[in-house]
Amino acid sequence: MGFLDRLFRRREPTSREIAKERLQLVLVHDRIKISPGTLDKMKDELIEVISRYVEIEASSVEVTLAQDKTHSRLVANIPVIGPPRHSASRQAATKSGAGGDG
Amino acid sequence: MTARVITVTSGKGGVGKTTTTANLGVALAMLGQRVVTLDADIGLRNLDVVMGLENRIVYDLVDAVEGHCRLRQALIRDKRLSELFLLPAAQTRDKTAVSPAQMIELCDQLRPDFDYILVDSPAGIEQGYRNAVAPADEVIIVTTPAVSAVRDADRIVGLVEAEGKGPPTLIINRLAPDMVQRGQMLSTEDIVEILAIDLLGIVPEDKQIIISTNSGAPVALDGKSPSGQAFRNIAGRILGQDIPFMPLKGSAGMLGRLTRFIRG
Repeated sequence: MGFLDRLFRRREPTSREIAKERLQLVLVHDRIKISPGTLDKMKDELIEVISRYVEIEASSVEVTLAQDKTHSRLVANIPVIGPPRHSASRQAATKSGAGGDG
Repeated sequence: MTARVITVTSGKGGVGKTTTTANLGVALAMLGQRVVTLDADIGLRNLDVVMGLENRIVYDLVDAVEGHCRLRQALIRDKRLSELFLLPAAQTRDKTAVSPAQMIELCDQLRPDFDYILVDSPAGIEQGYRNAVAPADEVIIVTTPAVSAVRDADRIVGLVEAEGKGPPTLIINRLAPDMVQRGQMLSTEDIVEILAIDLLGIVPEDKQIIISTNSGAPVALDGKSPSGQAFRNIAGRILGQDIPFMPLKGSAGMLGRLTRFIRG
């Protein structure tokens, strides 16, 4: 996909290139049997789980399927802002568990 | 002699399975092979019409399976090639009239008397397809350069491999080299890369196919047409001959890369 982006920078994609890219994308979904709708649902649940550990920019999260020569890949792109919102209670839990510095 | 059973399938309808089956049958017979083409599209038969043998049907595949006739009686010898036969489908029944097990048994009965049994699969992935693939020693998948056809072909690749009949080989039908060159059509290279199976042949878009089907004379008999030549080349490759792909206009760069795909 990155190669195609570089190719397209100067000119419009040909309909052949469009067809190829659409096919590759639809086939990744077909082969794994996850529809784009299911992927969205998975993404929401992923955001929920990850948010328990770090604070993330939920609106910028991207979850896509990609294909390289050996594998189909689930690729998640998650902008991280900082430690989780309830960081105070997390530090308290860590202190009592590990006997840290205080 | 014990026949090799090759099933021609695609998933997508209308991409050229019947045309391919008829023409490979003719081309193999022209190369001295004893061939039977078997129409597995029960209810929507067309192999008979493409081969020009529609007026000769007395018994069909279902009659033979149900014991209304001996198998020999259902075989129709081709008008032009004495070593080519057709086993037609029934037109008044549907795909449930025979089972995959019956198809296997039928082909086993034919095996001792032929070099090749070519099974023309119906479109789809339901029982008709399963009937056609059940007796196969190998599977040829036909696609055109259209997005929908390639998508369906991909599904069939997965199904064929899951059934242990793989890996299938690929015929790309109706390729228009000038459209590929103008960036308006998927290229052979694109399709082989996406489907990741070995390429058996490329058949160019050719108006002569319609003309030859009009009269029931498969185009492989025509010495002048490029599609006829393509089918004859594919038959040669099936027999193990090393036949280079025809130089289609604008594909010089592709052929080198194609060779790598085939060898690799």
